[in-house]
Amino acid sequence: MIVVEGVNKTFNEAQILKNVEAKFHPGKVNMVIGKSGSGKTVLLKSLVGLHKIDSGSITFDGRDFTKMRTKEKIAIRKEVGMLFQGGALFDSSTIEENVIYPLDMFTNFTKAEKLKRANFCLERVNLTGVNKQFPSELSGGMQKRAAIARAIALNPKYLFCDEPNSGLDPQTAIVIDKLIQEITKEYGITTVVNTHDMNSVLAGADSVVFIFEGHSWWHGSRTDLLDSGNPELDDFLFSSELMRRIRPTKQHK
Amino acid sequence: MKTMFHIGRYFVFMFQVFSKPEKHKIWFRQFFREVQSLGLSSTGIIILVSLFIGAAITIQMAYNITSPLVPDYVISLTTRDTMLLEFSSTIISLVLAGKVGSNIASEIGTMRVSEQIDALEIMGINPASFLVSPKILAFMFFIPFLVIISMFVGIAGGWLSAVFVGVISPQDYITGIQLYFIPYYVTYSIIKSLFYAFLIVSISSYQGYYVSGGALEVGRASTRAVVYSIVLILTFDLILTQLLLS
Repeated sequence: MIVVEGVNKTFNEAQILKNVEAKFHPGKVNMVIGKSGSGKTVLLKSLVGLHKIDSGSITFDGRDFTKMRTKEKIAIRKEVGMLFQGGALFDSSTIEENVIYPLDMFTNFTKAEKLKRANFCLERVNLTGVNKQFPSELSGGMQKRAAIARAIALNPKYLFCDEPNSGLDPQTAIVIDKLIQEITKEYGITTVVNTHDMNSVLAGADSVVFIFEGHSWWHGSRTDLLDSGNPELDDFLFSSELMRRIRPTKQHK
Repeated sequence: MKTMFHIGRYFVFMFQVFSKPEKHKIWFRQFFREVQSLGLSSTGIIILVSLFIGAAITIQMAYNITSPLVPDYVISLTTRDTMLLEFSSTIISLVLAGKVGSNIASEIGTMRVSEQIDALEIMGINPASFLVSPKILAFMFFIPFLVIISMFVGIAGGWLSAVFVGVISPQDYITGIQLYFIPYYVTYSIIKSLFYAFLIVSISSYQGYYVSGGALEVGRASTRAVVYSIVLILTFDLILTQLLLS
């Protein structure tokens, strides 16, 4: 479990995260929602140590990440997989090389074992026959799937996804969502997903944290989401026409 | 104040770059890849530039040294020493600052804005060391070869102008390039080129590594990399010449 307590983060005198509190459970898809600029990405990057927080604590299964030395942080990062918004695949390497990359760095597998593992991961994300292609030759959805394959190559305990559906059509977005849910359950991973795609949240979130102006404003499950009674959350949720159409139905019930 | 900030951050960056690599086998693979991409791929442009400049220097010398008291072989002697002392190290490095420097800054800058560097960091890899140290050492390893190639080709270019333009007889040209040869000039040139190689790659990598924003910023970083490399190459040319030749 990842526990976030009293996290504050400031950039150039602008406080982006304000006393953020959250708990992310293993084997569950934990979603962080909020408007663009609310601090979701800063929170996610702080969780993985790409941003150094000003105060507060972030613990990974009881290990306080903020108090660790660089070597200990590197050890934790080997347990972390991350799916970036744009995939962040290495352009100059093929898809197969991208997936093999973490195996090259951190395992003593033979070449055949690495290839076997890479093929397994690519098959797991339903991406076959593209081993020798470069990222630029794939569609956005395929790149995201390849990035997931790379993220799970080392059997991570923690998976972080930054807006995995951005730039994807609704059908491909559903495929990516389902993949993240399946992998989370299958391997008991603690998954944290940043999103403002309400379809993803309603379809697959086990727990939800709503970030509003840098505060962790609301916590709950997706079933509680539509009738939270929280005005800021409601403003966010029902800002689209589609969600407004759902709202009366829910109230009617 | 901002300059001091960048100088400080540059040294911190260099400290990260030269920290121990995660896996030596992978590091060597990267090293040989960089020898190919930064060094070998620059050979063509170096040959082309050196050939034409060698020929042009010979023609210019011939038109400037018109006194009957000065023997013709002085033309090729001057061409040789110009190539050895300045052109094949400093001017070639300025050309390489444009080619290699912009290439490195845009490559690393694009990796930064597309979060590839973050991805490396998440994997527990030190991106500065992993990406930059093989580039610096590969280019420092290969630049002496480029300098020596440039010397030979530049002098050959002068000979070709002697043969085809006829500004000096080929016999006089050969005599001139053999006279008063000081081998230390080659050593001096190679020592200078090693400093330049380090400056070009480290400055360009630094510019790319700390890019924030998008394509426009990557382009600006690439320009800054070339400009700062050129200014520092010229500054170090002065310092090293004073130190090594005085």
